[in-house]
Amino acid sequence: MDLNIFWFILMGVLLTGYAILDGFDLGVGIMHLFVKKDEERRLLMNSIGPLWDGNEVWLVTFGGALFAAFPHAYATAFSGFYLPFMFLLFALIFRAVSMEFRSKQEMKWWRRSWDVSFTVASTLATFLFGVAVGNMMKGLPIGADMEYQGGLLNLLGPFPLLIGVFAVATFAMHGSIYLYLKTEGDLQKRIHRWMWTTFGIFLVLYIFTTMATLVSLPSAVTNFREVPWAWVVVVLNVLAIANIPRAIYLGKPGYAFISSAATIAALTFLFGFSLFPNMIVSSLDPAYSLTIYNAASSQKTLGIMRWIAVLGMPFVLSYTIAIYWIFRGKTQLGKFSY
Amino acid sequence: MDLDVLFLSRFQFALTIMFHYLFPPLSIGLGVIMVITEGMFLKTKNRQYEVMARFWTKIFAVVFAMGVATGIVMEFEFGTNWATYSRYVGDVFGSPLAAEGVFAFFLESGFLAVLVFGWDRVGPKMHFFSTVMVALGSMFSAVWIVVANSWQQTPAGFHIVGDGMMARAEITDFWAMVFNPSSVDRLTHTLIGAFILGGFFVMSITAWYILHRRHVEVSKQSFSIALVVATIASLAALFTGHHQANTVSETQPAKLAAFEGHFETGPADLWLFGIPDAEAQKVHMGIAIPGGLSFLVHGDFNAPVTGLDAFPEDERPPLQIPFQAYHIMIALGMYFIGITLLAAFFRWRGTLFDKRWLLWVFVFSIIGPYIANQAGWIAAEVGRQPWIVYGLLRTSDALSKAVSAEEVLTSIILFTIIYLFLFAIWLYIMNEKIKHGPEDDVAPATATGGLLDTVGERAGAGGASLTNPHEDGKEG
Ligand code: HDD
Ligand code: HEM
Ligand code: HEM
Repeated sequence: MDLNIFWFILMGVLLTGYAILDGFDLGVGIMHLFVKKDEERRLLMNSIGPLWDGNEVWLVTFGGALFAAFPHAYATAFSGFYLPFMFLLFALIFRAVSMEFRSKQEMKWWRRSWDVSFTVASTLATFLFGVAVGNMMKGLPIGADMEYQGGLLNLLGPFPLLIGVFAVATFAMHGSIYLYLKTEGDLQKRIHRWMWTTFGIFLVLYIFTTMATLVSLPSAVTNFREVPWAWVVVVLNVLAIANIPRAIYLGKPGYAFISSAATIAALTFLFGFSLFPNMIVSSLDPAYSLTIYNAASSQKTLGIMRWIAVLGMPFVLSYTIAIYWIFRGKTQLGKFSY
Repeated sequence: MDLDVLFLSRFQFALTIMFHYLFPPLSIGLGVIMVITEGMFLKTKNRQYEVMARFWTKIFAVVFAMGVATGIVMEFEFGTNWATYSRYVGDVFGSPLAAEGVFAFFLESGFLAVLVFGWDRVGPKMHFFSTVMVALGSMFSAVWIVVANSWQQTPAGFHIVGDGMMARAEITDFWAMVFNPSSVDRLTHTLIGAFILGGFFVMSITAWYILHRRHVEVSKQSFSIALVVATIASLAALFTGHHQANTVSETQPAKLAAFEGHFETGPADLWLFGIPDAEAQKVHMGIAIPGGLSFLVHGDFNAPVTGLDAFPEDERPPLQIPFQAYHIMIALGMYFIGITLLAAFFRWRGTLFDKRWLLWVFVFSIIGPYIANQAGWIAAEVGRQPWIVYGLLRTSDALSKAVSAEEVLTSIILFTIIYLFLFAIWLYIMNEKIKHGPEDDVAPATATGGLLDTVGERAGAGGASLTNPHEDGKEG
């Protein structure tokens, strides 16, 4: 296969892995303040305690791989989104330390402050991811020198903001289903209601976002004309979404979780598919767009990187599976918990 | 000094990397101690080792979390602030960074979960395996990042394509890039610096416990382990550092000249300390071994060494910072050798733990390896200036064009506030953990034993100097 396409797909795989895995722990963070008792808050944090760092490494690896495979896309996107990106970094920093610090002290104000910081940081990070995706879909003012030419406000248009809110709703739902799997008793009963509420909000926003995309970004569907089988993914996406309430209703939360993971995977796929073969679309002149060819590293590097991926990914998948297996089952608080 | 994008971006990079680098060397160094301690537990089944292994693991988790939080910033900062540099080096430099994610960070973070949360979920062997993997993972991540950094000091295995602003380096030989002239030296030296830090950290805490008569037996054990690590590593730092200085003399002669304040090509002195002055072309208020540098580099007191005069003005690195940082590192390195050998001697005589003054010295010596590690990087990085990729790309040409000075200033202010805040909290939490001390009651204690332990622990934590006979040599 063309190495550039291979790497574009692999970037998609890393992004999907990140969105599914960190998606649920960001979602737990978004929902964190909705439980009030200290013990329940600890349960929530500990349900993701052993997992979140590994999940975040998908993002780190995505960043490293983007740098290596498509350095121009890496440079243009991160310098162009400078300030929003800094806020994203601050949010990720606060998320990490909130979990680590929160339960180390008994004081009420201490724990409450870290709880708030955890939720705000998780929500902000998710929102900014959404805004970034929205901007990528919409296209950016990129000049002939591949540099971003707009200001900060260009990044905060209505469409990107909508995608930001949609991302928050999606992860909140995904996180709630995850929590339902990890909790028991009275807490689980309340989380059952969250699943319904978050699903409802997600559904409304999903319909709204789809319409907004079709209306304001006709270019999003051009690739479907050439590759009609991609419609299958759209259909599967709708089926996966429909399966979420069905599985919740039938009391099969495991299936609901798989369906929400599949929904996220399908959405990520559609995002990548509609961009292809562009990485960053220039809204000034299509000739300035960064594509998987003009933004890429040399064939030699892409080839070396393929070896790194082929050798490394089996390890990554095996420890990911092993860790999820070791920490399977309901979350319990013990001596080693946060 | 203008507050332009160049200055601000450099300032921000220095701030964020120096803050990040407070944590990795401690993770790496403490990792080694944890492996040894837990390995001893598996081998001897002596519970005291387990007590300490658990204690170091708890401390490690807090360090690691800060390492992760600040590391993410570094990963993306090449793109945000150094976009032109990223375009230039991505082809060469990106692959080690990606390899780091795939081979090191996944390993570290996965097994960290077992290490921290898994004591009662997996068996002791599996737990030990996880400890080893976390320790290895943190060293692997050092491998890749130091390879990347070494490539920008001594580029190899590439060619340049395109010209003017579109020029960029493309890889021609992956292994030549990985084993560029300085990477092996610098990697060993960096890891050794981390081991020294780990050793001194453990010695500082355990010396404090011994002085306060808390957890005495376990502390003596940990102190001894750490002393072995620190002594070997301190001696090794001198060897690797010396070897590295020789490499620098070949690959980056301007840097070495700045380190040593050597202005004119010719026989070179070795300054023990001093204040170099670029205007006057001499070193003030210093003491030097005549011909010393020539001897170290060429084995001959009269052999010529390249001086700063061999380089055009605009290719000379700053003088004061690399010189002082380099000398501070070496002076501290000598101090570590001296103090660890002294302690090892007393340990061998069996009198170490009666020497309260020496234990106090160790309590405070922890600051030394921190300064030495930072100073080493400052010397290496500032000494590379004005190049970002040595001899190829200037730092001033490497910036992001899309970013304004106001934006960078905003992010610097926020980073400063956030990092100061987190650092204060981190110190507070570490202090609490250390004051609390190891949980002496891991052993499945009998009802009375358990109660007494708890009471003893409380008393110990409350009144620092309360002696509790139950704490020492206690076996469940
Ligand atoms: C000598 C070692 C060393 C050096 C020079 C650096 N780091 Fe680091 N880094 C580590 C050693 C390390 C580590 C030991 O692996 C850390 C620190 C503690 C930890 O949790 O992992 C880590 C964490 C860490 C993480 C978080 C990983 C995770 O989520 O698990 C990232 C993304 C980076 N680093 C990236 C960087 C970059 C881009 C650097 C250079 C500019 C850098 N580090 C310098
Ligand atoms: C953790 C260890 C490191 C430390 C302590 C360190 C320290 C520093 C310092 C003090 C500066 C500022 C120099 C100046 O402004 O004159 C700097 C700059 C820089 N370093 Fe490092 N560095 C480290 C690792 C790295 C690594 C691993 C890389 C690359 C992979 C790197 C790349 C750079 C870049 C791009 C700059 C900014 C440009 C410059 O001012 O030189 N550094 N670093
Ligand atoms: C005792 C004698 C020592 C000598 C002769 C020595 C020599 C050197 C030299 C020449 C460099 C610059 C390499 C370059 O720019 O490529 C360096 C860097 C460095 N040193 Fe040392 N060093 C010594 C001790 C120490 C100690 C005790 C520590 C830490 C505890 C330390 C930590 C570092 C670090 C972190 C760097 C930057 C990374 C690198 O370039 O390898 N050094 N050292």
